[in-house]
Amino acid sequence: MFKKLLRGGIDWVDARIPMTQTWNKHLAQYPTPVNFNFWYFFGSLAMLILVNQILTGIWLTMHYTPSAEGAFASIEYIMRDVPYGWLLRYMHSTGASAFFVVIYLHMYRSLLYGSYKQPRELIWLFGMFIFLALMAEAFMGYLLPWGQMSFWGAQVIISLFGAIPVIGDDLTLWIRGDYVVSGATLNRFFALHVIALPLALVVLVFLHIVALHEVGSNNPDGIEIKRKKGSVAEQDKSKFTFHKQYSARKDIIDAVPFHPYFTVKDIMGVAVFLIFFCAIIFFMPEGGGYFLEAPNFEPANALKTPSHIAPVWYYTPFYAILRAIPDKLIGVVFFGGSIVILFFLPWLDRCNVKSIRYRSWQHKLNITQFTICFIVLGILGALPATPLLTKIAQVGTIGYFGFFIALWFYSKNEKTKPLPKRLKFK
Amino acid sequence: MSNAPVNSDRRKFLTLTTAVVGSVGAAAVAIPFVKSWSPSEKAKAAGAPVLVDVSKIQPGQLIRVEWRGKPVWVVSRPPKVLDELATLNELLRDPNSVEPQQPGYTANAQRSLKSDIFVAVGLCTHLGCSPTYLPDTFSEQVEGVESGFFCPCHGSKFDMAGRVFKNVPAPLNLVVPPHYYVSDSKILIGLDKGDADV
Repeated sequence: MFKKLLRGGIDWVDARIPMTQTWNKHLAQYPTPVNFNFWYFFGSLAMLILVNQILTGIWLTMHYTPSAEGAFASIEYIMRDVPYGWLLRYMHSTGASAFFVVIYLHMYRSLLYGSYKQPRELIWLFGMFIFLALMAEAFMGYLLPWGQMSFWGAQVIISLFGAIPVIGDDLTLWIRGDYVVSGATLNRFFALHVIALPLALVVLVFLHIVALHEVGSNNPDGIEIKRKKGSVAEQDKSKFTFHKQYSARKDIIDAVPFHPYFTVKDIMGVAVFLIFFCAIIFFMPEGGGYFLEAPNFEPANALKTPSHIAPVWYYTPFYAILRAIPDKLIGVVFFGGSIVILFFLPWLDRCNVKSIRYRSWQHKLNITQFTICFIVLGILGALPATPLLTKIAQVGTIGYFGFFIALWFYSKNEKTKPLPKRLKFK
Repeated sequence: MSNAPVNSDRRKFLTLTTAVVGSVGAAAVAIPFVKSWSPSEKAKAAGAPVLVDVSKIQPGQLIRVEWRGKPVWVVSRPPKVLDELATLNELLRDPNSVEPQQPGYTANAQRSLKSDIFVAVGLCTHLGCSPTYLPDTFSEQVEGVESGFFCPCHGSKFDMAGRVFKNVPAPLNLVVPPHYYVSDSKILIGLDKGDADV
């Protein structure tokens, strides 16, 4: 009786909107490579965090006062007086850092297995726009508590635009809406942080996934699971039923449906993630001064810069590049360039083999030095600038950009290993 | 398509004209959105000049006042510091204040009206942090120079006349705001002498 009613309900909806079909196309009959490993947790985790940020963000908005006079006090009000306000805020602030942890690992996965390469360039580009929107979102969010670090961080980052010749000064004035960072700046950042950028993020995530599902996931072996129709013997094909959108045009090997196989795997990932996430929220919500910085517990003071200002940890690699160059305009160009160059990765890498598993020792060495430089720059960006550390940051900057330049040269005629015919998995 | 009752020339013309007129309309609609980000009348009006009493500043002391929301420093420089200024030219980007970072009446060796009292906007010309005044430990930053300003954000260095040292990110000397002595002991910051009072 109940089953019949449910069936009837589903049929009623399906006749009006393609619900079951969408479920099958993107989950229950979506072909996913069997050899996904640890690195493939972070896409779904990023979506979980996005939901967390939106939900806690909406609730924080209910108690927050977006004005220079009221902002700092309203954060204290949330922390002390609003029931569970402290938890909502820590979920939001820890979520911001967790977002970047997960996104960096997600991007690093692409780098290792060549997931940015043809035919997945658009997925990479949408992903890069998500990364950019996320950096803007986090930057504007950091101004809202109106603490010392909020204020001076915004002052520095907005001043970056002042380095642009001719229009620079007018541009910074326009962004701030005042001669210094002020309540006008705070209010517009609030509007962008809670409405404009989250909307853009959700749209971009949607496009990212639509583009992914059109071409299908890459995998640690970097070989395709969708083969030319008729090229695969019947016993080698995957035994599962996949949506005709995928199976009509291609023969599919070594794949399982996303649901239930990878939903279960991802739920396990979520459980492990939540252990770490909750440990931070409950036991070290300030993240040792890296997630919420000490000067931000002091209200913004336009007359006094804190003795050591550093951005939140997820900007530090790029910030170290900015600081390494002793010239304002060139520094800003390299700072912007360090992010822009990532957009071009699919075209800078000219090798046909995707996965690091089958690429040359030069590539492995290059990725290793890039990883080290990125981490070293990240550490340096959080420390005060001394002449020695600046020298090290300059070496790191060369390593960072050198990665892309070297890649372009050696990838053209790279000596790669033979690719396997089938995915490797236990 | 060729048999369809469509006049494609007319359709092309209409598409083009609609697109052109539509774009002009869209551009016009963008104006209020873009313009609303400019400083409001309230923000523009908030730039009133500030009166500072300099008679109580001890030699070597720095006081901060707020003008247009920015920190303005007033420093009293002892003679020793003033003597040192003349010896630094080799180390500085713009020792003779060629760049228009100050009103004409302070484009001199001390960048000030009276040689001992120095007035400057306390914001680094790199990315706008407020540098730290190091009255006696500046030699850790520049060997042999006892006092100066060090920006904690990106390591820019300025001497006691706000002149920027070489090999730091800041490109220009600190800004000297318009100011004049209304009496022997009082400075008005924000106006040139002879400007109409607000």
